[in-house]
Amino acid sequence: MTFPILTIIIFTPLVTGLIILLLPAERKGMIRGTALAGATLALLLSVVTYFSYDTRAGGYQFVEKVPWVPEWGISYHVGVNGLNLPLVLLTGLVMFTGVLISWGIEERTREFFAFLFVLATGVFGAFVSLDLFQLFFFYELAVFPMYLLISLWGWPKMREYAAMKLTLYLFVGSVLALVGALAMYFASGLHTFDMLELQQAGFSSAFQRLWFPVVFLGFAVLGGLFPLHNWSPDGYAAAPTAASMFHAGVLKNLGAFAAFRVAVMLFPEAARFYLPWVVVLALINVIYASLIAMVQTDLKYVIGFSSVSHMGLVMMGFASLSATGILGAGLQMFSHGVMTALFFAVVGMVYDRAHTREIPQLGGFAKKMPLAAVTFTLAGLASMGMPGLSGFVAEFPLLLGVWQRYPLVAILAAIGVVVTAAYILLLIRRVFFGSMPAELEHHVGDITVRDKAAIILLAFILVALGVYPGWMAPLVQSGAAAAMKVLGV
Amino acid sequence: MPGLLDLLPDIALLVLAALVMGLDLLPRSQGGRWLGLVTAVGLAIILALSLYASLVPGPTQLFGSMLRSDALGHGFRLIVLFASMITALVSMDVPGVGDRGEYYGLMLVSTLGMDLMAASSDLVMLYLAIETTSIPLYLLSGYFREERRSVEAGLKYFLFGAAASTTMLFGFSWLYGFSGQTSLAGIAKAAATGTLPLALWAGSAVLVLVGFGFKVSAVPFHFWAPDVYEGAPTPITAFISTASKAAGFAVLLRVMLSVFTPVITPYWGGIIAAMAVASMTLGNILALAQQNLKRLLAYSSIAQAGYALVGLAAHSPLGLAGTIFYLGAYVVTNLAAFVIVIVVSRTVGSDDLARFGGMSRRSPGLALALLVSLLSLAGIPPFVGFVAKVFVFAAAVQSGLVWLAIVGVLNSIVGLYYYLIVLKVVYLSPCADEGKPMPVPVPARWALGLTIAGILVVGVISGPWFGWAMNAARVLF
Amino acid sequence: MDFLNAHLLTLILFAPTAVALLVLLLPARQVGVIRWVAFIGSLAPLGLSVFLWFGYRPAEPGFQFQEFVPWYQAIGANYHLGVDGISVPMVLLTTLLTSLAILISFSIRERVRAYMVLFLLLETGLLGVFLSLDLLLFFVFWEAGLVPMYFLINQWGSENRNYASLKFLIYTMGGSLGLLLAIQMIRLVVGSFDLPVLYSQWNLLKGTLFGVPVGTVKILAFWAFVIAFAIKVPIWPFHTWLPDAHAEAPTGGSIILAGVMLKLGAYGFLRLLLPLYPAEAHDFAGVLGGLAVAGIVLGAFASWGQKDFKRLVAYSSVNHMGFVVLGIAAAAWARGSASSGDAVLALNGAVLQMFNHGLSAAGMFLLVGVLYERTHTRQLDDYGGLFALAPLYGGILIFTSMGSLGLPGLGGFISEFLVVRGSWPIFTLYTAIAMVGLLITGAYILKAVQKVLHGPVNPQWQGHSLEIGVREALAISPLMILMLAIGVWPAWILNMINAAVMHLFG
Repeated sequence: MTFPILTIIIFTPLVTGLIILLLPAERKGMIRGTALAGATLALLLSVVTYFSYDTRAGGYQFVEKVPWVPEWGISYHVGVNGLNLPLVLLTGLVMFTGVLISWGIEERTREFFAFLFVLATGVFGAFVSLDLFQLFFFYELAVFPMYLLISLWGWPKMREYAAMKLTLYLFVGSVLALVGALAMYFASGLHTFDMLELQQAGFSSAFQRLWFPVVFLGFAVLGGLFPLHNWSPDGYAAAPTAASMFHAGVLKNLGAFAAFRVAVMLFPEAARFYLPWVVVLALINVIYASLIAMVQTDLKYVIGFSSVSHMGLVMMGFASLSATGILGAGLQMFSHGVMTALFFAVVGMVYDRAHTREIPQLGGFAKKMPLAAVTFTLAGLASMGMPGLSGFVAEFPLLLGVWQRYPLVAILAAIGVVVTAAYILLLIRRVFFGSMPAELEHHVGDITVRDKAAIILLAFILVALGVYPGWMAPLVQSGAAAAMKVLGV
Repeated sequence: MPGLLDLLPDIALLVLAALVMGLDLLPRSQGGRWLGLVTAVGLAIILALSLYASLVPGPTQLFGSMLRSDALGHGFRLIVLFASMITALVSMDVPGVGDRGEYYGLMLVSTLGMDLMAASSDLVMLYLAIETTSIPLYLLSGYFREERRSVEAGLKYFLFGAAASTTMLFGFSWLYGFSGQTSLAGIAKAAATGTLPLALWAGSAVLVLVGFGFKVSAVPFHFWAPDVYEGAPTPITAFISTASKAAGFAVLLRVMLSVFTPVITPYWGGIIAAMAVASMTLGNILALAQQNLKRLLAYSSIAQAGYALVGLAAHSPLGLAGTIFYLGAYVVTNLAAFVIVIVVSRTVGSDDLARFGGMSRRSPGLALALLVSLLSLAGIPPFVGFVAKVFVFAAAVQSGLVWLAIVGVLNSIVGLYYYLIVLKVVYLSPCADEGKPMPVPVPARWALGLTIAGILVVGVISGPWFGWAMNAARVLF
Repeated sequence: MDFLNAHLLTLILFAPTAVALLVLLLPARQVGVIRWVAFIGSLAPLGLSVFLWFGYRPAEPGFQFQEFVPWYQAIGANYHLGVDGISVPMVLLTTLLTSLAILISFSIRERVRAYMVLFLLLETGLLGVFLSLDLLLFFVFWEAGLVPMYFLINQWGSENRNYASLKFLIYTMGGSLGLLLAIQMIRLVVGSFDLPVLYSQWNLLKGTLFGVPVGTVKILAFWAFVIAFAIKVPIWPFHTWLPDAHAEAPTGGSIILAGVMLKLGAYGFLRLLLPLYPAEAHDFAGVLGGLAVAGIVLGAFASWGQKDFKRLVAYSSVNHMGFVVLGIAAAAWARGSASSGDAVLALNGAVLQMFNHGLSAAGMFLLVGVLYERTHTRQLDDYGGLFALAPLYGGILIFTSMGSLGLPGLGGFISEFLVVRGSWPIFTLYTAIAMVGLLITGAYILKAVQKVLHGPVNPQWQGHSLEIGVREALAISPLMILMLAIGVWPAWILNMINAAVMHLFG
């Protein structure tokens, strides 16, 4: 009986959250400490799992399968392979750093961490699900905490609107995908929700072509594919920092990943038929979102649109249906997650001190928070695809893979990279360099040790992956190869 | 005597009712709150008894085919008894009802009626049972004689109910006329011979449907619900919206599927689907505008009836099981919601949504419980509402009614919206008595604990429960 | 010793990074310590490159001191380093100029630590381009050098630095985009990023790449390379980023920018374009030569018209690099033909010119910086008669500008002579026009010197001490010595260059 490490990873946040709910509300130190302990445990276990994976053997490892609702062929079935294991690690990272960053939450601390951890459990569970019903179960579990996190601890000006919009949008997407999944269940005749078995089902071409858009778009909403991305920028802007970190770092990836895992791998024939359209939409993401990012004056919106743009790259990579493209997409999910989490962490630090996110009203933060400036710049360089950082390591094979099928798209996407460079550098210069406005001079201080620890960790990962991709690329590659086999491309 | 075990719960209910009313006559110094406790404990015992009875095999027909003892009947009986117990618990601390013996007595009689409704297999029994259920409910709705709203509720319920019952009885008479039988099985056999024109059967189905539709408050027979729910004492609202509705569904399922199925399947399937769509849509849309939490929950329960009907429209074993499971889930969830409404309105003095503002700061636990129950109604995992919705929609998809499933999920989104609005008010809005903790009486805690536990347990470990629903469904297929 | 030999290139490459990390750990306030640690640290790669120089054996063909470590195997890119006779002088130039630039940058007072760290990281980026034998690695270092330079200009530059730095970055990144796509195309067609593999396989390629014939792919890659390198060199008309970037950068930045960064583009031509695309280069050589000459002449005229001393020197880079390109163009045209001897000469001249221009441009910017420190103006009209106030400076300035002008006896003459001599038989018209350009070069250099040093003393500087300091003089002396050494006895460097050129193109 193998050690159920995945189950422990999935439920550690939930259990921690429940423990936190039982603590007295005033004992904030204890609450934070418990949260940190839970997050650390989850992170450590993710790291252990990550490095214990046998890349040469490939396939799904650490598999656990327990019947859940046998009448329906639903089982609790989890496993990791090259595509979702980095995402598990990412979730652990974002959770850990998110807790550190949220140390300063004073209002309703208990509920904050409890909801955050429910979110974490949902995401962990969704990433490692190998059963379709279970995927939805955890997927939806991850949606509603965002509503609470945003509406209760978010930016007062528009948190209710943004929270409602986000929740409804995501819910629409997921229930539509659910209907598609149900159709799949019945059409396969296999009386099972197990994804590995459904992969062999061999749905008819007509069935696939009918249902692929429903399921794919349902998940792609969460991935932020144009034109279904509308919930995201407001959602980012209104959310508290840790929620934005999760949103960008993890949730978006979940959407793209689920779209690939469910729609593309279970409907390969329809995927081959529809994906050229997806590539076009993804390209629009990349370019359009970058252009919009350039004209934003609110710091968080710039980063928000930049995230939408990078997710376009991810989906483009998946849609290229090439091993290198999928490799790039897998790496980009990880890189994008870390880098955007870092972005939002620093933005949160700036906002906490300046109480404004309007770029014209900011400036000179590098003097007061030099480490934050440096790490933010590193993330910015990573987002530009600067070699030596993870962004390049991801974008290179991604564009290579897209090249193989759609060279024009690759060229246009590369242009998007240059646009990214422009707005990121401008942003960095205006916010961190230059002179600080007089009103802010006196109450802007340096960031706390915990903040520093969090951003150093994230920045370190960006550099480590950029300088030596060998600790992730082979893993993702094995996952990509497996996916290619299923797709029969 | 064969089948005594199956009848024992019914007899026990009668005895309990008499006991409670008798105990009420005893002179006592303080109030009669403890009567509620007696009721609840008694119901718990009866619940256990019914559970035992359902597991022991016995004769299927009782009272000369007046009653059936099958999985369907047992299942619904358990649901109804559970609802009744919770209602009794939470009624204990409601001023004006909690200490009245006849309140509990009426409740128990109504419960008995519901019990019989679930097990009826004969037209006469059916009508008796329905009336036994309804008349106490009319009285209980109008219990607050001084409050205009309550009196209006009682009267309205009575008038609507009487009209619906009459129509239904008319339909019953047609059925008797066509078949010469009052037993459902006999009517079914007569219908199967196909000697009579379809239109007549259809006509009687429609008439009968009026009565049943009224009981489950499905559109277009829902008009009484919002006013009655709002005006009645809240525990009774809880009781009507859960137990009565469940019993109504039991009857609907049994009659429609055993009598009408072979005859007019295509048509009434469409009718049910139309009712489902209408209920979901109208219920959700009207809920959006509500400022009063009880009315909101009333419209919400109309919509929930619609979701349950989707399973019936699918007309398959899976669909039926889905409907039964859905009802169980719905009952537990709605009870939880109403318990919270009762407790909070005791403190803030009103059921208006605005007065619930900031409740989360006064009682985080209650707010969290409300969150659990509302999200379960919306269909969010890991709560039972999610699984229930998945099952009914799956059944629809399986039967080829994909459009119905899509309408259902879209409606879920609308539902989610207004449930979130309630949560938003509870968590975000400012509160007059900021910080003052809300007192939650012990029986209410128990009630809440049981229902919330139910929402979570059945939601996560749904397999066995669904298996029981399937057993119940197979009775009719 | 074996370890040293086996890993010499890696040591050279990452020594600056190591020093940068060391500097990073120093407390930001200890400015003096930071400066000296950075300077002395930068002598380590310099020493190692001298060691490399003496260890390199010109007579052997192929790349030496090779190192190979698998790196990003998922896409087939490896850490592959190696040098030949073209890259060794470049490495030496880079390490030398970085050390001198750091010495000059002692006058930076703000955020010294960050400055030094960026500078050292920049050095690694530049060295990486010269040392890489893997296309992806080449690209990585190519790009990696851009960012420190961007920040150096942006943070420590003069008034117009924001505009200049962004223009620099976007322009060069735009060019690199083409580079990236070309590299990807090559990877897909050849199956490897490795340069030696590329050299051997290139002409054997057949078939199609998603429907496009290999021939077409090669041509697309060719143009992508051309544009990327043309922007970097810079070749007229892609040069517009240069004057602003050079002028606005801090002195140390300008030294490196002009002294080394521009050479990256030319190096790209030599390392990638000429070996892989002899035929296309041949076809294109005429245009290239024309553009080179345009750069020579127009750059010279532009310099002549400048009122800002630094911008004058900046445009002179366009002018001097034009000779490099002319030499390359001539070699491209004539290679393998009857005039291949001339082609070799021209190419020798081009490579030597790269080295020389590095020295002279660095020297000129250094001196401009010295003057700017003291006078806080770069306008030529604000100077005048400074010889009297700073005789030593004046002498050095005259020496260096003569080197820039190409006075016989100094290095610039040798390289320009070789280019002219080699191109004359090949591109007679172009060469003739280029010589006109030489005249103008003389004109603007002399104008600059005259405006600064001669004439009546400008009253605002009366009584000021504008003399060059010991540190600055020490910084420029190696440059002057080298300029003289090459001018008087070029064989010590030409042998190495010639051997490499012969191996590659002979």
